[in-house]
Amino acid sequence: MADKMEDSPSLAVQQSRERGSGDSSVSSSNMAEIPTVVQIIERQAASGESSAAGGGTGPPGSLHHPGFVLFKQGAEARLYRGTFLGRPTVLKERFSKKYRHPRLDEKLTTKRTQGEARTVARARKAGIPTPCIYFVNYQSNCIYMEDLRCATTSRDYIVAVQSVGAGDSFRALQPIMDKIGKILATMHDGDIIHGDLTTSNIMLKQDASATDPEVVLIDFGLSSVSQLAEDKGVDLYVLEKAFLSTHPNTETLFRVILKSYTKHSRKSKDVIKKLDEVRLRGRKRTMVG
Amino acid sequence: MDKKQGTDGPKPITVIGFEGSANKLGVGIIRDGEVLSNPRHTYITPPGQGFLPRDTAKHHQAHILDVLQQALDMAKVKPQDIDCVAYTKGPGMGAPLVSTAVVARTVAQLWNKPLLGVNHCIGHIEMGRRVTGAVNPVVLYVSGGNTQVIAYQLKKYRIFGETIDIAVGNCLDRFARVLKISNDPSPGYNIEQMAKKGEKLIDLPYGVKGMDVSFSGILSYIEDAAQSLLDSKQATPEDLCFSLQETVFAMLVEITERAMAHCGSEEVLIVGGVGCNERLQEMMGIMAAERGAKVFATDERYCIDNGAMIAQAGWEMFRTGHVTPLADSWCTQRFRTDEVEVTWRDDSGEPI
Repeated sequence: MADKMEDSPSLAVQQSRERGSGDSSVSSSNMAEIPTVVQIIERQAASGESSAAGGGTGPPGSLHHPGFVLFKQGAEARLYRGTFLGRPTVLKERFSKKYRHPRLDEKLTTKRTQGEARTVARARKAGIPTPCIYFVNYQSNCIYMEDLRCATTSRDYIVAVQSVGAGDSFRALQPIMDKIGKILATMHDGDIIHGDLTTSNIMLKQDASATDPEVVLIDFGLSSVSQLAEDKGVDLYVLEKAFLSTHPNTETLFRVILKSYTKHSRKSKDVIKKLDEVRLRGRKRTMVG
Repeated sequence: MDKKQGTDGPKPITVIGFEGSANKLGVGIIRDGEVLSNPRHTYITPPGQGFLPRDTAKHHQAHILDVLQQALDMAKVKPQDIDCVAYTKGPGMGAPLVSTAVVARTVAQLWNKPLLGVNHCIGHIEMGRRVTGAVNPVVLYVSGGNTQVIAYQLKKYRIFGETIDIAVGNCLDRFARVLKISNDPSPGYNIEQMAKKGEKLIDLPYGVKGMDVSFSGILSYIEDAAQSLLDSKQATPEDLCFSLQETVFAMLVEITERAMAHCGSEEVLIVGGVGCNERLQEMMGIMAAERGAKVFATDERYCIDNGAMIAQAGWEMFRTGHVTPLADSWCTQRFRTDEVEVTWRDDSGEPI
């Protein structure tokens, strides 16, 4: 999957020797094996692939949204790409789930659309990078938002880096984990609970002119506002579970996120304490009611 | 590797399984995937009361030898025909678990057969797979004591989503006590029948947290609100049962769908006592149909805790070399599904 820049047998031998010896010095031939964020973004743009977990088949160029083309169908919403007011736009359409009681379905769908729009506005005020919301249609539960050009999910990037299997995948990912921790700290300090933190909802945006990728959060459908350390602890717990189940053997990577979070948050002590408590709950559950 | 259930070549393997981790006491005998017997005796408390460990253990002690005899008689199996004695090691309630394990250990020594400690959750999963033929499903395991969304990955049954506080069955059982609904045959069954007559959907808190769920919020809300809603005639008991089911089941279907999207799965298997509920099965079916996936479920013989499921998991473990030495045959109240090495399936999930 990764770009392997092996232009000569001797280079390949040098690379494998360095990998095998666990040499921690940075050599250009070794670093070339680990894809950069920009490389992943470009590769995905060329092939049209993306975090396609659960991608269903919907009609392309939906009748209901002329000019928009479906590019992803999740469990709850369809995503379309198009142009709105002259800007490249993503249309997120929440659809009704027929297994739910109609009243419950309506309540949840509206609540999630409204909640997403309001929380994104609040997040942007707090300095959290998110796509800009252009328009919301509350009748159809559609959100028109900025299309993040030149971006990939942190999920795709971590998978790409890990699939190369080189020893310094940790070093390549560490700065990104640092940034993620910092953004989450800012978010929680602003009393915003994301509610669905996964590596698919943490985007990495980097156009060709930027030196480093920017972390952008998306999908605030389950978000809420809360001052409680418990809610923030659960928020981190959700990310930890998603992280470790999607990317096996990344415990040390996740710890970088928590360390950065603790460093940048003003209220981290109670939150981390709650995180520890929630982790144990899965192990201490009693059956007696 | 021979994938058939021992029809040619290896001699058939017969396993007896002992289950008593909660209020259901079961002894079952399985021979190469065929259920030869599966008798069960349930400890039922009066309406408004839950079951406590000490009384449950007494119940198990009082009935286990009869249930064991029944299992042998119905299967027409003699001790010497048995290859392995499997029992529930955990998770569950301490005293009932031990009461059952003591008998398993005794007969294993009496009959001179190897002993096998089985994880209760894996018992449900393996019985579900066997009975329904589901190949590699996302499993929703829902009972009075457990609520987990599980999928097989690289030799483990990994937990993708679960409750962060109480199990959904526990929520339903405790709500039944508030309304003094009968526990015979089970509180969940009676809530289900009442819900069928309910019409009005009361707004209840909805607790999905990412891939996890939380039920203590909705339980405390409905425990507090029930009396005033009933008194003010805003809802009937049937409406409350209906509303609770619709809400908690929607939560379960939602996290199951998330796991399916995450894993790219096209099969979902529902196991555990709450899995008997036809409304839950219906809702899951609607979700699955929209994704082009299939739902698998078993009936009350296998949804509800039983001995044969322990025997079935024991069969898989035994034929791939597991044995529990007597010194290690303790029980534990906490035993995570992902702690067990699934030696009977290969990396892609195929049987070994």
